[in-house]
Amino acid sequence: MVADAGLLAVATQVETLSAVLFYVFSGLTAAGALGVVLSRNIVRTAVCLLFTLLGVAGLYFLLESEFLAAVQLVVYVGGTLILIVFGVMLTSGSQFRRFQPKPAEIVIAGSVAVVLFAALVMAIRNAHFVTGWMETQAKYPVGALGQALLGDYLVPFELASVVLLVVMIGAAYLAKARRREGRPVARGGGPGANLVTPLSQKARRWS
Amino acid sequence: MELIALADIPNLFAAMTIGLLDNAVVGLNHYLVLGAFVFVCGLLSMMLKRNAIGILMGVELILNAANINLVAFNRYAHRASADGGPLLDGQIFAIFVIVLAAAEAAVALAIFLNYYNNFSTIDVERAQELKG
Amino acid sequence: MATLIPLVPLSAADWQKTFFEIVTGHAPLVWEQVAAGAATIAVVFLPSVLLLAMFSIWWERKVCGHIQSRPGPNRVGRFGILQSLADGIKLILKEDLTPAASDRLLFRLAPYLSFAPVFAAFLALPFGPNLTFEPKLNAGVFWILAVLSVEVMGVILAGWSSNNKWAIYGAMREACQMVSYEIPLGLSIIVGVTAAGTLNLVELGHLQGGGLHTWVIFKNPFVFCAFFVYFIASLASNKRAPFDLPESESELVAGFHTEYSGMRFAFFFFAEYAAMFVVGGIQTSLFLGGWNDPFGLIGRYYSQWIGDPVTHRNGLIVLNLIGLAIFCTKALGIMFVQMWLRWTLPRPRIDQVLYACVKVLLPAACVLLLGTALWELMVPSWHVARMLTNPLPWFDYNPVKWTDWARGGATTSLVVQVILALIGLGLLSAVMLWVGLAFIHGRKRRQRLTEPEPIPA
Repeated sequence: MVADAGLLAVATQVETLSAVLFYVFSGLTAAGALGVVLSRNIVRTAVCLLFTLLGVAGLYFLLESEFLAAVQLVVYVGGTLILIVFGVMLTSGSQFRRFQPKPAEIVIAGSVAVVLFAALVMAIRNAHFVTGWMETQAKYPVGALGQALLGDYLVPFELASVVLLVVMIGAAYLAKARRREGRPVARGGGPGANLVTPLSQKARRWS
Repeated sequence: MELIALADIPNLFAAMTIGLLDNAVVGLNHYLVLGAFVFVCGLLSMMLKRNAIGILMGVELILNAANINLVAFNRYAHRASADGGPLLDGQIFAIFVIVLAAAEAAVALAIFLNYYNNFSTIDVERAQELKG
Repeated sequence: MATLIPLVPLSAADWQKTFFEIVTGHAPLVWEQVAAGAATIAVVFLPSVLLLAMFSIWWERKVCGHIQSRPGPNRVGRFGILQSLADGIKLILKEDLTPAASDRLLFRLAPYLSFAPVFAAFLALPFGPNLTFEPKLNAGVFWILAVLSVEVMGVILAGWSSNNKWAIYGAMREACQMVSYEIPLGLSIIVGVTAAGTLNLVELGHLQGGGLHTWVIFKNPFVFCAFFVYFIASLASNKRAPFDLPESESELVAGFHTEYSGMRFAFFFFAEYAAMFVVGGIQTSLFLGGWNDPFGLIGRYYSQWIGDPVTHRNGLIVLNLIGLAIFCTKALGIMFVQMWLRWTLPRPRIDQVLYACVKVLLPAACVLLLGTALWELMVPSWHVARMLTNPLPWFDYNPVKWTDWARGGATTSLVVQVILALIGLGLLSAVMLWVGLAFIHGRKRRQRLTEPEPIPA
């Protein structure tokens, strides 16, 4: 009985610790998500998205998926977010320009969002998911993930690599600066990477 | 699921919050509610932002919310995998979602760059040439 | 090499013990874990990272000076060792300038966003057999790679929020460079991990405990080349010369941290030198044997004593401290080579930098990955040999008796490893001999600048 009480005490402490950490990370995620919606400067929106992604990575650690958390940090924060910030820097003109949606749009969008959130939460509470603490799932060895990717999930893995190849080629082709007939090429917010003049074309050929 | 009357919404929120604080043990429902919240924020961002890159950030939020759901179910689902090892479907699914999110962000940004080059603005309200 | 030092196999519980368990003798409770972790970070990690940054700033200036035939800082304290302290005091006392047209919140956030990920990477480094903050981090190598990619955001924000065109140029070049070089970086790490078989840094350290020839860099010739690919890619990822375009002093004023002064600038510097140490730490733990000495003595005594940690407590503590010293020496040696390269090589253009990444290092890393994967498939290695003599899981140590290797069919592997180890030793001694000869020759040919007279009060 004493041993059981000791184990129960340890289990409760671990649960309290996980609960505290959960609220910290989920608070960070939720605050970041709210920041993305509410902030009007596009660079601050990107920074709020950064904090959301960091919070989600922390949640993955709590959910015992360390490799997935590292993948999230490498691919999402170190890849996608950098890409988004590059896009912001190339297209924003002045960092203090703000776009305001119309008030009618805000009201409609807000009410749709509130109703959807209420509906989702009610659905979650009404659906009693069977959960449990499974000892076998407490540790995910990274090797098992690798074997699954190359074993059971080989076809999606190969398809994903084909998709990435296609996306690389497509994005590189689409992002080349081209002029539409009759319209001047816009000046970018960055160091004028989009300027296509005859002189710069010549320079590019000889560098 | 019953229809919700407009006057019921404050009571609804109160009931949800109290219900969540009932048990201090963080369970599946907590993660799912967080996922729903991030999803709704992403949806709001997609609906309200006029900057195209803001819309892209909304899409990323939605994908992250789906990932939170997947990984939470992976951790809390009450069954083992077919060969007795740890259950990994949710994590694999989440890895593929992350990979595809990166891919679509790349293509989306290429499209936005083209749009900016041709219209001199990133405001999507000005993309009205196909209208009418 | 007839018989080599025999080792006792380790089980998973043995190599996952923390320092707390060694010192107190029992497994920690949850609140003890949290308290010990917080105390370790506040009392051990944070001061040592700051001290490390200050020490390496002084060391870099001394190395730079001596390479350029001048003494470097030599007035503040003996050999100028207190120069960093004086610089720190000066930076703290400076006026806190924020450019008027900048985005103030992001301007203030950027230095911390640059320093925090590098500091987080320290938590995974294996400083000793029991001196890792979290020994059960199963994705240790990948975690360090992940947090080092978060650092890019801090640099971009610094450049963008300064509202200064030099800063924006530096930030965009830096982001381009760091993100591009993450590909050969990751691929060369994967080469090392494929050869070693684990991502856990503590396990990697224990795997390399059998002596010089068991270090992962000598496992097969592809990993040997992958080490150099990783070294070059890590130079670019750290914005170190010759890839220091983001902060190129002669072109961009100061690159992305032009507008930063005082303590905020100091944070960027701390982040850079701490990142150099972290990168050196990854190379040490993944390729160069971690905390192990070349003779395998630490591995031998650890495996003998960890079976009974209570009786051998003092011995284990001494072993951990020696391992810490060896790890830091190796990582600082790599830092020295990075500093040496900075003051030797000229700076290439940004398109040449990206050419080197995409057209030289990336194909090289891919070929090395293919080679190492085929090698691991076709050449049986030490852990296969171990499984035949002892039915424990493969991470339980590597056999060093050559008869064990021969019985497991791993003779080829042993021969290749010993040959590569001899080649590595030869290269290292050649380089050190060359440096020593140049030093002596230079001293003979040219009188060294004398130490200047102290300034009269």
